[in-house]
This record gives sequence, C-alpha cells and structure tokens, in this order.
Amino acid sequence: MAEPEVKEAVEGEGGEVRRRDFINIAAVSFAGVGAGVTVLPLVSQMSPSADVLALASIEVDVSSIEVGQAIKTSWRKQPIFIRNLTPKEIEESKKVDIADLRDPQSFEDRTLPGKENWLITLGVCTHLGCVPLGAAQGEIKGEYDGYFCPCHGSHYDAVGRIRKGPAPTNLEVPEFSFVSDTVVKIG
Amino acid sequence: MSFPWAKQYTPENDFMKWMDTRLPLPRMVYNVVGVGYPTPRNLNYFWNFGALAGVALVIQILTGVILAMHYAANVGVAFDSVEHIMRNVNYGWFLRYAHMNGASFFFIVVYIHIFRGLFYSSYKAPREMVWLLGLVIFLLMMATAFMGYVLPWGQMSFWGAKVITGLFSAIPLVGPALQEWLLGGFSPDNATLNRFFSLHFVLPFVIAGVIILHIWALHIPGSSNPTGIEVKGEQDTVPFHPYYTAKDGFGLGIFLILFCALTFFSPNLLGHPDNYIPANELSTPAHIVPEWYFWPFYAILRAFTFDFLFIPAKLLGVLAMFGSILLLFFLPWLDKSPVRSGHYRPIFRKFFWFGLIPCIVLLGYLGGAPAEEPYVMLSQLASAYYFAHFLIILPLISMFEKPVPLPNSITESVTGKPLETAA
Repeated sequence: MAEPEVKEAVEGEGGEVRRRDFINIAAVSFAGVGAGVTVLPLVSQMSPSADVLALASIEVDVSSIEVGQAIKTSWRKQPIFIRNLTPKEIEESKKVDIADLRDPQSFEDRTLPGKENWLITLGVCTHLGCVPLGAAQGEIKGEYDGYFCPCHGSHYDAVGRIRKGPAPTNLEVPEFSFVSDTVVKIG
Repeated sequence: MSFPWAKQYTPENDFMKWMDTRLPLPRMVYNVVGVGYPTPRNLNYFWNFGALAGVALVIQILTGVILAMHYAANVGVAFDSVEHIMRNVNYGWFLRYAHMNGASFFFIVVYIHIFRGLFYSSYKAPREMVWLLGLVIFLLMMATAFMGYVLPWGQMSFWGAKVITGLFSAIPLVGPALQEWLLGGFSPDNATLNRFFSLHFVLPFVIAGVIILHIWALHIPGSSNPTGIEVKGEQDTVPFHPYYTAKDGFGLGIFLILFCALTFFSPNLLGHPDNYIPANELSTPAHIVPEWYFWPFYAILRAFTFDFLFIPAKLLGVLAMFGSILLLFFLPWLDKSPVRSGHYRPIFRKFFWFGLIPCIVLLGYLGGAPAEEPYVMLSQLASAYYFAHFLIILPLISMFEKPVPLPNSITESVTGKPLETAA
C-alpha cells in the first residue's frame, strides 16, 4: 500500500539524501562513536595510575656534601644527582661558549642565583634513560669531567650539559628551591 | 590451492566419513602437511627451518605456560619467584633453562629461515604475502622476547625495559607522553612488569595465529625450491608425507640434540650474568646489552652519534633501527630480477656471501661490544652497508646482472647435470 513511497525512498530524486543511506550512515556512525568511547578506557588504563601520579616532592639535607662531592637520591622512582661544584668547575663552566653546545644553556640557566655551587639534575641520560656515571666517588666522569653514560657513550660536562655522544639534551634540572640554608626541596 | 595431481583425501572408515562431513579436520591436515600436499622434489635442508621454528614456538608455549604457574609478576617478588622456580619447584630449573634457551633457538632457526628466504629470493612473486607475514611474525617475536626478558626483574631486565621504552621518547612531540603510557609511570615499575607479563603470555598465541596465515599464503602457490623455478608437472613433486615429514624429522633430531646440549651443559652461555642481580633503579650496569639476537639492531641504533640536518642523533638511531626491519617489507619490490635462486645469480650471490652476511655478523658482534672506538666507527660503516645493500646494491644488481641459464625443470636439475656445473 505504501508502494510509491518506498520506490521514491530507494531511488531518491536528484541530489536528495536517500532514506536508507541516511539510516545506514547514522547507524554506522553511532556504532563508531560507541566503539571509540569503548576503546578510551582500554587505552587510558595504560597511563600512570593515581598512586603513581600522586608523588610528593622530597626534601634533602645537603649539609654533609663536601665541595666536589655528589650524592645520588631517588625522586619519582628516578635517580637525582646533587653535586656541590668546586670553584674551578664553576669558573670553567661559565667560560664555555654556549653557541657551541648542542643544547645551549648557560651556567646560570642551570643553577639558582646565590646557591650557584649546587647542581641538581635527574640522573637519567636524555638518550635512552640510563643512569650516567660520575656522581659516586671513583666513577668515570667522562671527557668533560662531569658525567658519562656507559650505555651509549654520552659525555656531560660538570653542570650536566651534553658535550659529546648521542644524547640530544642536557641532563634535566627539576624544579627545586632551598627551604633553609642546607635543605633543598625537589619537585 | 594445490596442484591438479594432488592426491585426494578419502576417509577410510565409517567414523572418518561421518567426521569428514561434519568437521573435515583430518582432510585439512592431509592437504597441508600430508600426502595431499605435492612439494618440490629438490628441497634441501634449509627448508627444514620453518617446521623447526614451529617446534620452537611449541616448546616456548609449553614451558612458558608452566613457568607462569610458579611466577609472580610483582616487582617485590618477581626476582625471588624466578629463584624459587630454579631452586624449589620440581624440575623448575629445567623448565626455565629450556624456556631461556628455547628463545635463543627460536631466533637461531628463524634467522636461518629468513636468510634462506633472502638467498633463494623466496619473497618474490607470487609469494610476497608469505614474506610479509613472516616479517610480522618476526616483529611479534622480538616484542615477545623483549618483554619476556623483563620478567625476571634483574638488572638487565630493568635497564633493558628502560632503554627500549626510551626509544619511543625520541619521537617528536608525543614521545615522552608515549613512553609514560607504555610504562604506566615515569620509570619501569610494577605497572610495567604486570602489563609485560600479560602481553608476553598472549603474544605467542597471536604469533600462532599469524603462522596459520603464513602457511595458508604459502600453500596458494606452494613451496619454493632451491632452483627457484616453478613446479611444471607431477614429476617435479613428491608428497609432503612421508618425504618431507621424514626429512623435517631428521632435522628436528639434530635441532633437539643441540638444544639439549646447551640447555643441560651450558644453560647460561647466551645469557648475561648481570640479570642475576636484582633490579636497581639507581645503578645502571656498566655495560648494558640486550640479548644476543637483538645485537645487530642495537649496533645500528648506537651507530648514530651525530645530528643530521635538523634530526637529532637519538631520533636518527631509532629511525634507523626500526627502518632496518621495515625496509625488508619492501624487498619484493626492491629486487626486480626475475630469477629467484642465488645459484643462478653470480653477482647477487657474491654480495650475499661477501657483503650482507659479513655485515650482519659484524653488526651482531658490535652490538654486544661497549660503546667506544673503534666499535662506534665500525658500526657506522656496517650500518651504512646494510642500508646500501638493500636500497642501492640489490636494485642495481637486479637491473644489470646477467643470470646463468636456468634448467628447464626441477626434474632436469635433479636428474640431469649437477647444479654446480650449471652455475
């Protein structure tokens, strides 16, 4: 009884949208959105969970670190190097022409004014994430007397700037501040 | 799907007849690895390695499922649970050593299988899909092996996880976020170990699935053979069973002798002693290396110590390492020579034996060597040759080489003059 109507709907007229096409596209689109929304939790569950993200900052007492010494500590499950630079290291680092560096950063960019003998960096090579040597006594310090990554041979200078090897950037300096003369807060 | 002279399956008794009309599984086996699959009569022992790779996968799944009954994927106890398997579980030492060395043997046979394909140009039409699916299996194997190596949570496990996921941080813009997503944290931790265990368990079954596709694609044109010429008549073939079931069985015997020799007498030969030190996130091993089967690719990764144009060295290394495998996907179209077998290609053969093989052996050695001179420079030379071989030398050879005349048929090559005089 609806014969003429159906015929019109199937064939359409001129550029008109056909009823059946509309239903098809709408149904597939709806299913597509549904599938997309379903995938979201499946992908998102891989990201760091709430307890991993809820990482407090740490406070470290640096009073026992002698000039020229460095310590390793842990923050966000990653190693942190705290180094008490010698006057000679400070002087030499300031002299480097930053235009020659792969990741140009001056000495002042990497230290706090007034506390410029304290170099605090992540102990994570910016190449592929190994812990560079040079913080503990007796470890190889590399050709620039700073840090040396044994995995793929990146050399960092005394203020953790990349000088040679595959690493693309300087050792990362995290956010930090001194809460007292001898206690530093990282993060 | 097969040659017209292939023998037809006929169910022998009433039960098999009943079965054949309901679930024709015996028919399928008969046609795939039985009397119903006519195979070139001249296959040599290099054609054993596909079947051997299948056996290696079965060994890995069998030992792996059992190990999973005793292992605990938690950073607090993972290392101890592996020691528990080694010391307390009945035959645990055997199962773990078999699984460890089984992985190495899986890669040994797969590498021989791949080089067989490279020498005899098994990747050429009409077998491109067989080659492409094989490469997918190879990539899945590498992912599975890498995640398996992380599970004992020793020093090499931890630092391997850190370095390999660090590869993804080289990708511009999304890299660091992607690495955090893969690890489920800022550094490998419990979330990482758990997901790696889950994926390490499931991927072998995915591999098994892709192997079915690999064999399916192979059975459309049928197996290639050492002459590289197509089967022309029934005389050129023999039934897979009993001829090649027997030949594969002999090869399997040799394989198992070598596998047992290593597993029982020198189980840690191919491992790294540092992985018997529990993971320590504050101390990188002095000399960090992946398992031996990744060494050639690791050497390519480390060869890039310089920036090129605007691309940083780190990204270059990662691109080159992935590129070294991805370019194999284009091999069927890079090598345009109509002749398949290296036996009839004098120049191709020389570059294969004196170029590609020494290059990959050298890369393998360099990947296990420390990151210092002269190893870095040698890695750069060998990496350059590797890419040049596939992207420049092979296409040029296929244009200019004059192949030796091919025999008229497989049968002629077997029963007439020996191959060496023809070559």
